[in-house]
Amino acid sequence: MTDSDIKFKIIIDGIQLEVDPGTTILNAARLIGGEAVPPAMCYYSSLDGSGGKCRTCLVEVVKGSEKDPRPMPKLVASCMTLVADGMEVNNKISEKVLEARAGVVEFLLINHPLDCPICDQAGECDLQNLAYAHGKSNTRYDFERRTFDKIDIGEYIKLHMTRCILCYRCVYVANQLTDKREHGILMRGDATEIGTFIEKNLKNDFIGNVIDVCPVGALTDKTFRFKSRVWYTKPMDAHRNCSCCKGKAVVWMIGDEIARVTARKDQYGEVKEFICNECRFEKKDKFDWTIEGPRNIDRSSVISANHYLEDAPKHTILLNKA
Amino acid sequence: MDRKLLLEHVLVEGINGIDGYQKKGGYRALEKALNSMSPNEIVEEVKKSGLRGRGGAGFPTGMKWSFIAKPEGVPRHFLCNADESEPGTFKDRYLMEKIPHLLIEGMILSSYALGCNLSYIYVRGEYMYIIQILEKAIAEAYHKGYLGKNILGSGYDLELAVTCGAGAYICGEETAMIESLEGNRGNPRIKPPFPAVKGLWGRPTVVNNVETIAAIVPIVNEGGDAYAKIGIGKSTGTKLISACGNINKPGVYEISLGISVEEFLYGDDYCGGIKNGKQLKACVPGGSSVPILPHHLVCKTANGDQRLMSYESLSDGGFITGSMLGSGGFIVYDENQCIVKNTWNFTRFYHHESCGQCSPCREGTGWMEKIFHRLEHGHGKIEDIDLLWDIQRKIDGNTICPLGEAAAWPVASAIRHFREEFEWHVKEPALCLVKNYGLVGINIPVLNNA
Amino acid sequence: MHNLRTVKQEMIEFPEHLLKEVGRQMAKFPDGKQKSAVLSILHIAQAHFGYLSEPVMDYVARLLHILPIEVYEVATFYSMFDTQAVGKVKLEVCRTGPCMIEGSEKIIAYIELKLGIKVGQTTPDGLFSLKTVECLGACGYAPMLQAGNQYHEHLTEEKVDSLLATYRENSESNYWGLKNHGS
Repeated sequence: MTDSDIKFKIIIDGIQLEVDPGTTILNAARLIGGEAVPPAMCYYSSLDGSGGKCRTCLVEVVKGSEKDPRPMPKLVASCMTLVADGMEVNNKISEKVLEARAGVVEFLLINHPLDCPICDQAGECDLQNLAYAHGKSNTRYDFERRTFDKIDIGEYIKLHMTRCILCYRCVYVANQLTDKREHGILMRGDATEIGTFIEKNLKNDFIGNVIDVCPVGALTDKTFRFKSRVWYTKPMDAHRNCSCCKGKAVVWMIGDEIARVTARKDQYGEVKEFICNECRFEKKDKFDWTIEGPRNIDRSSVISANHYLEDAPKHTILLNKA
Repeated sequence: MDRKLLLEHVLVEGINGIDGYQKKGGYRALEKALNSMSPNEIVEEVKKSGLRGRGGAGFPTGMKWSFIAKPEGVPRHFLCNADESEPGTFKDRYLMEKIPHLLIEGMILSSYALGCNLSYIYVRGEYMYIIQILEKAIAEAYHKGYLGKNILGSGYDLELAVTCGAGAYICGEETAMIESLEGNRGNPRIKPPFPAVKGLWGRPTVVNNVETIAAIVPIVNEGGDAYAKIGIGKSTGTKLISACGNINKPGVYEISLGISVEEFLYGDDYCGGIKNGKQLKACVPGGSSVPILPHHLVCKTANGDQRLMSYESLSDGGFITGSMLGSGGFIVYDENQCIVKNTWNFTRFYHHESCGQCSPCREGTGWMEKIFHRLEHGHGKIEDIDLLWDIQRKIDGNTICPLGEAAAWPVASAIRHFREEFEWHVKEPALCLVKNYGLVGINIPVLNNA
Repeated sequence: MHNLRTVKQEMIEFPEHLLKEVGRQMAKFPDGKQKSAVLSILHIAQAHFGYLSEPVMDYVARLLHILPIEVYEVATFYSMFDTQAVGKVKLEVCRTGPCMIEGSEKIIAYIELKLGIKVGQTTPDGLFSLKTVECLGACGYAPMLQAGNQYHEHLTEEKVDSLLATYRENSESNYWGLKNHGS
């Protein structure tokens, strides 16, 4: 399979494309973009072991491959399933998929606090976006919701377990970016929680990245908590010379002040270059940074609200007019 | 009339020791295999036997074995799944306790057939006393030269050890078991890759149930064809059935597959009928995960044919009017049992045992349990029944491992066959606390539905 | 009651014979795969120290050269492990379907009455803890409970009485613990 000339022909939602063998259905769909891309709450390209758990990216394989055209008996997690030559996949055009996905959203929300109005993640929350796209406006769950106490895991990070959807991404970050993982998955079933077992401070230089990989508001930056709604801040690409990381970040500004610093995320919310704690938490002076210019934010994102002028070209944020 | 292949000598004194076992022909299959059969010949015999996995899924063992990858220089492992935890199932415990060497001999034969030199028996932690029995048996086998280096001068080496779980039904799922054996939480893996390609420590691995492995001994002794002559159709050989509930003679029985359910349930050689002269209300024939059968579908299929103890006949009618042979955990309910309460109990079980990794199972099982609790305690609403139906449907098929289905099927079948009893719990909230619904009004589905 | 949280960490160490047993468990696995022994060692630790306190789990992590969090993750997953102190005798009554239809609820209520505690509690003298557990594979011999390594089946109120009396009489000896563990 190392021969890069070999390409697999596949069809996703009626759109034909050719991809390298070894590509997952999800990543193939991302090559198409738009509506054909299944949502993903737990998969994260750069984190080994991630994916398969949340079940939001389930798709229907209506034709297994050219060789074996039988459909797959169950919906499959597109983030974990590799394409085969001749495979045909239905995502958005499959009733079955939409129904299962609505089910998953409902499951993810029954114990979620729905506290978006006071949650720092609101406006850049994957669960919020997913619920808008696939959820219902009312709930059928009329029991008491599961709650956990909020805890500080270190100087800079707040863990609000009640909001967690158990994607495990933060654990993979600790596994892969730090030399000594101190937090993990405790208990089981619907009592499962992310934790340190006994309250411990997570101290590693790169541990702040758990905030960026968290798809919901379970891990938030204490230096930014309750400072501002994200859509009132202006995201700017910026860099600095850092001995620890590459120093490429986004600084989120309110006026001349840096309200918070995050790593740069791609259109699927994934960070390709993680940043260190110093850059993230301690460099809040704008003279610490070389500001490159406004960050491209998807037009549909609430973060772009207030930042556009009517006639402005797409994907440009007019910060000074905001 | 029935031939017993596994439990023939189970009551013989001393059969749990190696000398007693050998007196009854024990380890003859091993000598035969190592002296005169190649590993592939054993695989072929197992294929010919038609043996199907006895843990619940019923997958053909020979085919499973033939899937094992054989990359150069990579060790392979053979694992015994002795994590018996399916409610209603207690056959493996019986076999290991009474005749441990049958499992050990089967382990050696299977490991030899698959080219594995390091094998494990994973026993649920609660069976600590069984672990002691197996460790003693393994020590005896080492002492006799049936384990270790150069077994019986054949040049074949095998190390065999027992490892334990610590309370987790999910570890009966083979990839969860492998995770547990690696010292991790018992979270099932996402498949593919299947264990046959990437299993224990990333190496090709085959996992089989205790009873499946024990059956390898008679298959090697007498040949696959002889084994396949027992049974009916694709349900070949004998099967251990653990019978419990409201019957006169609960216990473990070895049956030839294909005897009638009626004979098994009412015959004096088996369950001996319903206890205290009561009437049959329902039966869960294959462990708690399989669909429940209402009384009129237990001994007969929807077409009026006699229902048999076989993979095919028990699933005749699909999930509309059939069930599954499953693990052989045969649970019988008399007229006094409450279906809502029993289904609540099973739902609580799956809620308790969900690993929590994937969202439909983690959240859905708990939700269903809460609704059942409400129904059973007289606080239910009529919409709850349809809500339960919808929740189980959204779990079924959408989870990482089969625990989701195992949690969904009992709920679906209980509502399908006993909807009136559910409705009665809503309409008579005070009455349902003090009395059971009894036998009246079980839905008898229209035949052409199936 | 044994509260290990007050015990200094250096006091948490297995005696010689248990270290030998730990070594035997680890030797079952190839080099570099010793983490596989974690469940067995946690069983030994729980039987010896009473429950899996944080210092005990840290000790197990050191024995296996793994991170403490890896042990916490495992210990909190499996239902047999206690990370809080429990009584010397843990009575674990099966509550699953087949036992329930044979009267496990009555047995649980009876034990609660006799011990004056509820499920999940420990008697004030620290002798008994009462737990309910899911199916232990004794459905044909229901109702049943497990105490330590022992199964007690076909339970009746009389049987429960004599069981409790036996455990009380033997409260000073290591009747339930590690006596039979390993070989």
